[in-house]
Amino acid sequence: MSSVGTGYDLSASTYSPDGRIFQIEYAGKAVENSGTCIGIRAKDGVVIAHEKLIHSKLLVPGSNRRIQTVDQHIGMVGAGLLADSRHLVTLAREEASSYRDNYKTPIPAKMIAERVASYVSAFTLYSSVRPFGLSTIIGVMDVHGPALYMIEPSGVHYGYFGCAAGKGKQVAKTEIEKLKFAELSARDAVKAAAKIIHMVHDDAKDKEFELEMSWICEESGRKHQPVPADILQEAERLAKAQLNADEMEED
Amino acid sequence: MFRKQYDGDITIWSPQGRIHQVEYALEAVKQGSAAVGVRSNTHAVVLALKVGLVPYTLAFTLHRSSGELASYQKKVLKIDDHMGIAFAGLTSDARVLSNYMRSEAMKSRMIFGRNLPVSRIVASIGDKAQINTQRYGKRPYGVGLLVIGYDETGPHLYECAPSGNYFDYLAMSIGARSQSARTYLERHVDAFANASVDELILHGLRSLRDTLQQDKELNINNCTIGIVGKGTSFTVIEGDSLQRYLDMLVDTEAPAAAPTAPPAGDAPADAAPMETD
Amino acid sequence: MDTHPGNWGNPRPHGGSSDLDILRPVDGLAPAPSAAHGSSALPVSRTQQPIVTGTSVLGIKYKDGVMLAADTLASYGSLAQIRDMKRLVAFGDHTVIGASGDMSDWQHIQHILNDCIIDEYANGDGHQLHPAHIFEYTSRVMYGRRSQVNPLWNSLVVGGFRDGKHFLGYVDLLGTTYQSSTIATGYGSYIAQPLLRKQVEGREDELTEADAAKILDESMRVLFYRDARSLNKIQRATINPSGVSITEPYSLQTEWSFAEGIKGYGAIYE
Repeated sequence: MSSVGTGYDLSASTYSPDGRIFQIEYAGKAVENSGTCIGIRAKDGVVIAHEKLIHSKLLVPGSNRRIQTVDQHIGMVGAGLLADSRHLVTLAREEASSYRDNYKTPIPAKMIAERVASYVSAFTLYSSVRPFGLSTIIGVMDVHGPALYMIEPSGVHYGYFGCAAGKGKQVAKTEIEKLKFAELSARDAVKAAAKIIHMVHDDAKDKEFELEMSWICEESGRKHQPVPADILQEAERLAKAQLNADEMEED
Repeated sequence: MFRKQYDGDITIWSPQGRIHQVEYALEAVKQGSAAVGVRSNTHAVVLALKVGLVPYTLAFTLHRSSGELASYQKKVLKIDDHMGIAFAGLTSDARVLSNYMRSEAMKSRMIFGRNLPVSRIVASIGDKAQINTQRYGKRPYGVGLLVIGYDETGPHLYECAPSGNYFDYLAMSIGARSQSARTYLERHVDAFANASVDELILHGLRSLRDTLQQDKELNINNCTIGIVGKGTSFTVIEGDSLQRYLDMLVDTEAPAAAPTAPPAGDAPADAAPMETD
Repeated sequence: MDTHPGNWGNPRPHGGSSDLDILRPVDGLAPAPSAAHGSSALPVSRTQQPIVTGTSVLGIKYKDGVMLAADTLASYGSLAQIRDMKRLVAFGDHTVIGASGDMSDWQHIQHILNDCIIDEYANGDGHQLHPAHIFEYTSRVMYGRRSQVNPLWNSLVVGGFRDGKHFLGYVDLLGTTYQSSTIATGYGSYIAQPLLRKQVEGREDELTEADAAKILDESMRVLFYRDARSLNKIQRATINPSGVSITEPYSLQTEWSFAEGIKGYGAIYE
């Protein structure tokens, strides 16, 4: 790595001679080792999925959820440092709650994304803090309908139809690009997400994982909720069957 | 080795995307004597090895083995009627956190008239710990906690780490040579869900025993148990009331000594290299 | 937003309110008037009386749950100002609160409690506030404000049903609380409470939902006859094992023809 040993990579408040801030790029490295997170914006809802890697068989199955609720209409998942992700969720909850205090209405998607993103970006400006080791996916259902945002460690954020972060980002992105978002229902998105997460997971190389998925759509009463177990199981069953069939074809 | 320049400060990422200061803090937990937690469908227990004097400082290793010069360190603390902790690492940090937990538990009683849900207090400790991993001038906590509690959603066992991470476990161990205990726990994890309270404690004692140095044995002085569960307020079992369980441990193993003895004997030897993970 | 790194991650000084704010003592009840500004020497004064008010709320326990009733009127003095005021509101899946007293304070209380419910929802850990927890919290808020000499001018009835347990409690602007199988606030505590006691006490395990509805309708009708700040448009909230349901406002049939014969009522003929 060319940055190493130059002395330009020791602080978030230092540029390298070619105009990069290495500390932000290093923070991005923490994201690359994380279980894959994806978000899909369907026509009538948003789906968030996470490949939760199981680091010990002593963990309580189904617990330690990584996708969290910010407000009734907002879900959030972070690929990267788990503790950083929880910190950011706490911040997002404060923002959502303070918006409600002021305006007595749920915070719009764009606002929550902007506020969380500017918080993240503030941690790239000073040497007294380190940037977040996180790419955060935010799914929202507001008065304008479904919305999906992703925030990078630099604070950069965009709205998406589909996005991915973590280990399997590249493969997941390629798959997501094949989806037809204008026709996709939330239920379709659940199936697509299950397939993509199962596809990016390398059974041989990676640890075991649990598929964690949540949605905000009409069916969930426009509230952020875990995808009901029966729907999720069915989606996983389909995903596995499809992937097996694909493999057979290749052989 | 370029690692050096990236490991002196909490606010620096290494080129590999690691924060070395946090990883070092995790090492501090391993300097403390071991603690073990096990959970059934109705109860949760923690067990810890008590050592003479302050367990953390290496300089005191001598006392750790001779042990009798000072009173034993408290390793299991009550937080509320429905909750308690065992810890490994810096005792003073454990005090700070347990004080915080106690006041949060009281706040919950005061404001809502309910027992503080275990998941909530663990989450807020995670939040506190995370702050210390992101800001200059702070250091991460040097202590790992095993939190057990019984609330509306049943019995729980959580591990809280200096990194700000926390996880819901069926069984877990932390501290010195805790990998040996974990090996035991992983081997028996399926037996815990429906175990009786006594069985749960015995599993805990056996796994805790695996963390002992080779010339050591469990006795009523070097061991503490905390228990909580359905119909059981958090209770610390130590001193003479421990004898009953130690006797049971001997009794249960007398006939079946052969299968359990070899792994227990091997554990300390093969545990050492695994300590680093 | 606070962009000073030193403050990040710390609780906000104002904004994000802490649960404990309500317990904090009030500072400087009557600050010394500043001579420099020549301001009035009057001490600081806070709410002295309610402004827009709702009248009685009734609540009773019955066999399968708890039922509350209130009319939909908010009065500005003796003026019937708002006739579609929602005075029975659900918080979570198992609790309803009925409010009499100042309606803007009531809206503030709804706001605080909704924050609580959303917090609880966001935690997503399977824990929910029980009716008793919401009652405890509400009473802390009310007593906290009273101790700051700045009360929320309400009498509240908290009704709930969860895990087979009935809950019916009362808390007012002083932070006074009690629990009972019949509760009535305001004018209702004089007029309706004896009626409720007579019909409910000792029969809590026998009364059906239909009985409970009938008792409340009848008591609300009596209140409408007697209470000049009441309306015959009412709502009823039912909390039972299947959750909370609150009726749309409906009218009680009343009979006023007898009034013709009462001296001093209506047109006066000498």
